[in-house]
Amino acid sequence: MPDNLIEIRDLSFAYGDRPVLRGINLTAGRGQVIAIMGNSGCGKTTLLRLIGGALKPTSGSLNIDGIDMGGLDQAGLYALRRRMGMLFQFGALFTDMTVFENVAFPLREHTDLPEVMIRDLVFMKLNAVGLRGAHALMPSELSGGMARRVALARSIALEPSLILYDEPFAGLDPISLGVTGNLIRRLTDTLGVTSVVVTHDVQESLKMVDYVYFVSDGVIVARGTPTEIRASDLPYVHQFVHGEADGPVPFHVPAPVYAEDLGLPA
Amino acid sequence: MTALIEVIRGIGRRVVDGVWRMGVATRFFLLTLLYSGQGFRRFHLIVREIYSSGVLSLIIILVSGLFVGMVLALQGYETLQTYGSEEALGVLVSLSLVRELGPVVAALLFASRAGSAITAEIGLMRATEQIAAMEMMAVNPIARVVAPRFWGAVISMPFLAALFSAMGIFGGYLVGVVLIGVDEGSFWSQMQAAVDFREDILNGVIKSVVFGVAVTAIALFEGYDAPPTAEGVSRATTRTVVTSSLAILGLDFVLTAFMFRGV
Amino acid sequence: MQRATLDLWVGFFVVAGIAAVLFLALKVGNMGAFETGQTYTVKATFANIGGLKTRAPVKSAGVVVGRVVDIGFDTELYEATVTLNLDARFPFPRDSSAAIMTSGLLGEQYIALEAGGDDKMLANGDTIRLTQGAVVLENLIGQFLYSKAAEETPGASPAQ
Repeated sequence: MPDNLIEIRDLSFAYGDRPVLRGINLTAGRGQVIAIMGNSGCGKTTLLRLIGGALKPTSGSLNIDGIDMGGLDQAGLYALRRRMGMLFQFGALFTDMTVFENVAFPLREHTDLPEVMIRDLVFMKLNAVGLRGAHALMPSELSGGMARRVALARSIALEPSLILYDEPFAGLDPISLGVTGNLIRRLTDTLGVTSVVVTHDVQESLKMVDYVYFVSDGVIVARGTPTEIRASDLPYVHQFVHGEADGPVPFHVPAPVYAEDLGLPA
Repeated sequence: MTALIEVIRGIGRRVVDGVWRMGVATRFFLLTLLYSGQGFRRFHLIVREIYSSGVLSLIIILVSGLFVGMVLALQGYETLQTYGSEEALGVLVSLSLVRELGPVVAALLFASRAGSAITAEIGLMRATEQIAAMEMMAVNPIARVVAPRFWGAVISMPFLAALFSAMGIFGGYLVGVVLIGVDEGSFWSQMQAAVDFREDILNGVIKSVVFGVAVTAIALFEGYDAPPTAEGVSRATTRTVVTSSLAILGLDFVLTAFMFRGV
Repeated sequence: MQRATLDLWVGFFVVAGIAAVLFLALKVGNMGAFETGQTYTVKATFANIGGLKTRAPVKSAGVVVGRVVDIGFDTELYEATVTLNLDARFPFPRDSSAAIMTSGLLGEQYIALEAGGDDKMLANGDTIRLTQGAVVLENLIGQFLYSKAAEETPGASPAQ
């Protein structure tokens, strides 16, 4: 078993002839929470969709648990996805089903478990996100934060080894923000899964992630642990972490280093 | 000169886009049929769709059928009276309904009631990433969402058309026999002598099945293909009603030409 | 929506739909007696069938006993050959005669079967020999006018 659940080597992706991602190298170890950060439109959601298998890389390799995603057919992809959970930006709950049925959905689709067992499992998952009491509600009756937690319960229903989060903090109030952040960390630790979080919420994610990748304009411009990132002198990172409105003019970093970090050819 | 080239290029682009879209739609339809087996294994999903496209369309179908039959009887009586053959009212009402109006009007109502609902529902499922979520859970959305809706609606359609015709004939009976006073015996007996089970009723049922397939396939494709925005979904819903209405009328001409050629 | 309520409604819908089809088939259409029952086929040739169409009724004493299933043209006799499907419950003698009649003055045309006196009955594939073609309205009017003209001018004919 390889140490890293996700291994991305020299990955590039283009929509038609418009390049979106170039020369991405990324690894995620088992039991880690990694964050992919960057401003809007930098390609971080595309990267997540590539990991989820919704898109195929134009070049380079993308291995998940030793399986090359590029060479998978639909059946192989679906088999792999049963070991993956994904939390969508606004939860993407099935609006015509109750909370209970939403969480039961993957169990009903992929297992032949008896109804009693499904009920127990669903209540366990709902309890893990603190929403056991909301099992009879419809998604339209939930707040944004609650919907996201239900979606989280649904994505862990099949005990995945990898969970992908697409902007889990977008549009949440401070309390829900903290709750969601804690949940991601706690679920990762207790279930032993690997979590990949795509976000632009620096403060919340730096509290709980193990490793951060900064993406800008389709390339990884910085990487490091939260401590390293907080202490980073890189203008882009500094500006991002501190939310400065203007570009970091005073930081005159020597040009060659800058170019190297941008991954540009020397 | 350049303006002319631009116009020709515009025509070309539209044709290419149209053909490409037809291809995508055909592929989508074939995939739906391919995954129908999995759809039938989840029969409760089909039952649920029969409810939302069949049962929920009942009111509009029954009321419209009744009124169409009543109007047919009133108008038909006026015309038949000039030739002194009011007894043929039953024939006129029943043949018009069973052969044409039943399948066609029921399908048009079905397109605007159930077809638009299907498009909006699937379009919203895409817009709110429910379809994408399903794919990420390794559940094929065509097998889970599209195929059951397709079969539920296709099963509902002939029943709705038959109910429309039956209700219309009842409406014609109410106006013709009860209100105007056409002889009840000749109303029914002439009708029975003129309406053939295979030639008229069965062909009407076949028509309604074809219309059901066309409307549902268009509605599902438009929903699945809609841009995932509020505007995209609303435009797709409108397009469903327009396209499927045109498809119904066009197909009706073709089917009628084949079915009732010799009579 | 509870599953049970939903099932109930769908069940109701399907039953109502089937009832509507049955209503159309039995009450509106003619899928009564012989459409589903046993039939036997006989042929008849007519000099003129007028406006007879396939599916026109075959009546005897006013009762529908069968239907016209096919109309052809015999290139040797230059006559119309009509194929009839008769209900097996109603056997007819072999020397029965067939005539094309009109219901009402301008109504639809049908075939009237007049039973003969033979001991042997018509079997599948037999041909009815005694036939009388349709009365063509134009001929009828022509004959009428001709005889009227003959009546009104008796002196015109020097032979009488």
